[in-house]
Amino acid sequence: MEKVVKVLSRAVPLSNEDIDTDQIIPARFLKATSREGFGENLFRDWRYNADNSPKESFVLNNATYEGSVLVAGKNFGCGSSREHAAWSLYDYGFRVVVSSFFADIFKGNALNNGLLPVQVSEDFLQELMETVKLRPDTEVEVDLVNQSISFNEFEESFEVNSYKKECLINGYDDIDYLVSIKNEIEAFEKQAITI
Amino acid sequence: MGKTLFDKVWDAHVVKQIDGGIDVLYIDRHLIHEVTSPQAFSELETRNLPLFRKEKMVATPDHNIPTKDQHLPIKDALSKHQVDRLLENCAKYDVELYGLGHPFQGIVHVIGPELGITLPGRTMVCGDSHTSTHGAFGAIAFGIGTSQVAQVMATQCLLQSKPKTMRITIDGELNKGVLAKDVILHIIAELTAAGGTGYFIEYAGAAIRSLSMEARMTVCNMSIEMGARGGMIAPDETTFDYIEGREFTPKGEAFEQAVAYWKTLHSDADAVFDQEYHFDAADIEPMITYGTNPGMGIKIKGNIPERLAASSQDSFHKSLDYMGFLPGESLMGKEINHVFIGSCTNSRIEDLRIVADYVKGKKKAAHVQAMIVPGSKQVEKQAIAEGLDLILKEAGFELREPGCSACLGMNDDKVPAGAYCVSTSNRNFEGRQGPGARTLLASPLVAAVTAVQGKIVDITEFLN
Repeated sequence: MEKVVKVLSRAVPLSNEDIDTDQIIPARFLKATSREGFGENLFRDWRYNADNSPKESFVLNNATYEGSVLVAGKNFGCGSSREHAAWSLYDYGFRVVVSSFFADIFKGNALNNGLLPVQVSEDFLQELMETVKLRPDTEVEVDLVNQSISFNEFEESFEVNSYKKECLINGYDDIDYLVSIKNEIEAFEKQAITI
Repeated sequence: MGKTLFDKVWDAHVVKQIDGGIDVLYIDRHLIHEVTSPQAFSELETRNLPLFRKEKMVATPDHNIPTKDQHLPIKDALSKHQVDRLLENCAKYDVELYGLGHPFQGIVHVIGPELGITLPGRTMVCGDSHTSTHGAFGAIAFGIGTSQVAQVMATQCLLQSKPKTMRITIDGELNKGVLAKDVILHIIAELTAAGGTGYFIEYAGAAIRSLSMEARMTVCNMSIEMGARGGMIAPDETTFDYIEGREFTPKGEAFEQAVAYWKTLHSDADAVFDQEYHFDAADIEPMITYGTNPGMGIKIKGNIPERLAASSQDSFHKSLDYMGFLPGESLMGKEINHVFIGSCTNSRIEDLRIVADYVKGKKKAAHVQAMIVPGSKQVEKQAIAEGLDLILKEAGFELREPGCSACLGMNDDKVPAGAYCVSTSNRNFEGRQGPGARTLLASPLVAAVTAVQGKIVDITEFLN
């Protein structure tokens, strides 16, 4: 996993609430057997018409907005457990998603792929959303070490689990750790209730 | 202080706790399917890791398979490649596989319980959010991402923060025509699509206790639709009766010993939950959804609200625009062209019986395409043994072969753009059943009545 420490970037505003993983990556694009290339179909049905021409009104097709920070409405990533949602956002170029509320499984998947979910207050989210919409050149800074997000004169701190923070900063995966404690897992198996 | 059912099962599976309050949680059973496993197998290969406990895994293709002519090679090249990869990986790592044509093949969340793989007190995971289904047996079961699938393959463990606990109690007796699907749609409409996020739910109360195992699975299945990682129900005699004698359940004395342990799996009288809700079964009526998340549900006779506290007006209107509905409108009399009965929520034998019982001697409306997809080969076999296939065929329903089908539209089973589909599945997201498709979630009974009437009606007027 790539390390994540600090991101300074312009942002893309997507104010829809309850953005589910079927919108992020529709099921019919889950037929691949590798992790690469999902960015192409990120937000596929919002981004393209049935004839594959871009929908001009969708924010990813608006050249005014760019950057590696996605700012989205509350309850982002609800629905399916498909990790392809995190892969597609990452593959497209996003490194941070800012929202006022994240679905659990999506949040875990994002953290396992170096995509940082930054949960902020509803007020901060609205301020950021409106600011970015009006001033697309606004730079957003996300500092994982200090757990802070800021733009213009606004700043807020965000929560991140201390273990996951270490993983992100050092580029470690859960699997590295779990494999390292295999002896303890085997010892657990010997005394566990097994039905 | 007493322990909750959830705490009892969780605590029995904690290998150790690490920084940040994260538990190393041991997983008893791991179900895999073709869509979320190939990248996990690749990860084992890249890292040169062996599969740790192959005997705790079961594989079946379900998401991306045709529901017609399953004896023939899969026509879609990408789907075929994905299913072939599952076969190759299972052969290479010696994982138990129920491939197409196998008598045990089916939707993972249907075959786990019917084969006796799902047992009370177990921890179970699968790369699919509806793994919450298995909680109906008093198991802790939840969906995981592909990186976690690889972790379980490599170590049989996951790193997890312990969720908070919620109990939802439903007292009283359910009204006529009200099924488990209505119960869970009612709960989600009340608590919203994000109301369970961060929690693991226990469903309790007389109305829950009165449900069959199939119905309990429907309730637990949709826990994820309010954001909860999972839902569970304490095992009881209904549970033990269902489990006894299945393919992989303990037999004889081992079964008796297991039951003695399973009887300890209930929340203690003095257990404290982080959140509690109470509902009265008498308030629950047949439900239907009108919007683009499962929290947007109403009593079928009711009206779409003018606004929704859980959504901004902008999101609410976007959702209604997609569906082609207006705030405050009633759905009564809306013409419906598609009916889908299936998915891990409602494709079990009991669901098929409910549909067949209603449509017996009737015909679907001429303009309706009605598709019914059994959850597994065993359900299909049972349906044929009971003659349900003939009843459904007579009524004009198309009975397909087992798979996830039009629940998520990965295969050819899609609803056309703009068309309305009354569906027994679990998600009404935009485009879920095909680009532009408009999904209305409902119970198998509502779906059956809709197919016959060809429009949304107050189903209680059509029941004997």
